[in-house]
Order: sequence, then structure tokens, then C-alpha cells
Amino acid sequence: MTESTEIPGKATGKALLLLGCPEAPAQQAIALYLAHQLRTHGTDLLITGNPSVLNLLKVSDPEKRYIGEMKVLEKCIEEIVEKRRLADLCVVCAHNDAAIAYAATMRHLLPQSRLVVIIFGKDPEPLAASIDFPCEKIVEKAVHNPMQLKAKVNEVFGWAASRT
Amino acid sequence: MGCIENLKYEMLLPLGASFKECREYVEKNFAEVWYVDPGYKLFDEYIIGLPPIALGLDEGKIVFPYTKPCHGTYLLRIEDTDEADRVRKTARKKK
Repeated sequence: MTESTEIPGKATGKALLLLGCPEAPAQQAIALYLAHQLRTHGTDLLITGNPSVLNLLKVSDPEKRYIGEMKVLEKCIEEIVEKRRLADLCVVCAHNDAAIAYAATMRHLLPQSRLVVIIFGKDPEPLAASIDFPCEKIVEKAVHNPMQLKAKVNEVFGWAASRT
Repeated sequence: MGCIENLKYEMLLPLGASFKECREYVEKNFAEVWYVDPGYKLFDEYIIGLPPIALGLDEGKIVFPYTKPCHGTYLLRIEDTDEADRVRKTARKKK
């Protein structure tokens, strides 16, 4: 039996999806879509957020066809700080200042990871402009309707557009 | 979670302040300012934010930003002499 050893910062095919406050419904849809797409493409995905956002996903996907592993935010951050969890891709959904603070934290804790920040909500531009750390940004005015957001996500990740 | 929420704290800035506003408030209003990075452990919790995170010290009181996904960032003040001394030993001093 061999033990798996992970080198910090090395690409492992692991991804982290960090969700913000579930106040904007578009987040729920885009989270399920991202989970489906990333896992379909063979990525080992962990979804993290506060208990409310995780419960929304659990209820939406009772058989866990899309969501896979989930962990509350504080526990996930603890594991990352203590180098017990790595990710070579981190996606952060942000529609408020707090989520930008979480994205900045991820940038600092996972300096070698690809960081994609999805900025949405009623007025995403000022929020996007407040980001002064290296990351890829997806910016779209979306609160209820996730379709344009989905199109931009497809573009950034190189996924073929679906008709649904 | 909830460790900090269970401590006796004062809220210095109202809910809705941005993280950067919290940093500016600390830098402007406290003579003793120290800096830490995200992931620094304070009151047994990992602090979130845009680096560098400014902490204000006033003798045994620590002023720090506390971020929650749905509520934003609170600027809190908690008195704990031992934790304040630990910050002085482990954080970076304002130049």
C-alpha cells in the first residue's frame, strides 16, 4: 500500500468552489452547473460555503449527482492553512465585499492555483474593480437569471455551449 | 465556528463597512498597528481578508476585521491581554 504524497502548489486535478452568501439565486444555479461540468471533466471538486448555501445545494441535489464533497467554509480554510488541502483551481462566487475578502484569502493561501472569481449581482462592476490581486474575473450583472453568466463561464473554461 | 461570536466584543464599525474601510479605520485611529496575512490565527479562528490585514492594539485590547459571507466585515474590539501580547510577538509592526 502506498501513501499519497502531495506537493504544495503542484497540479493535482483538484478544484475548490467557494460560494458566497446565497442571497442571489443565480449563484445556486451556477454552482450546480460548475459542479456538474468540473466533475464531468474529471476534476476532484470540493464545494465550500456557509451552512445555508451548502444546505441549499444538498436539498437541490439529494442524490448528489452534481455536488459531490462539501465542507463548511471555516473547516475548509483551516485545512488549507494547515496544508492538509490543496487545489490547483479555485473558483469563488462573489456578489458582495465579504466574498472578495474570501477570494483574496484564497489568493494568498493558494498562490500557485488558478483563481477564477465570478462577480455577479445587481452591480458587479465596482466590486470587480475593487479586486487588486491576480485572478481571472468573470463579471456579469446577474441576480436571478444565470444564462449570461453560464455563457461566460463556458467561455473561460473552454466548455462548449449547451442549448439548455 | 462561533468562537469569536461567543466572546465579549464591541463593534466599532457598523455592518456594511468594506474590508478596506476597516483597514483604514484601524490605521487612522490606533497608535499601535500590526499587520498579519490571511490565515493568521486570532482567538482560535483563521482571519479572512485582503493582505495585509491591519490589527489595532490598545494595551490589552485587539481591534480586528471579522468577515462573514452573508454579513460582510465587522470591525470588532475584544479585550484579551494574552492574545494581544501574542500578536505583538508574531505579527508585523507598522513601519
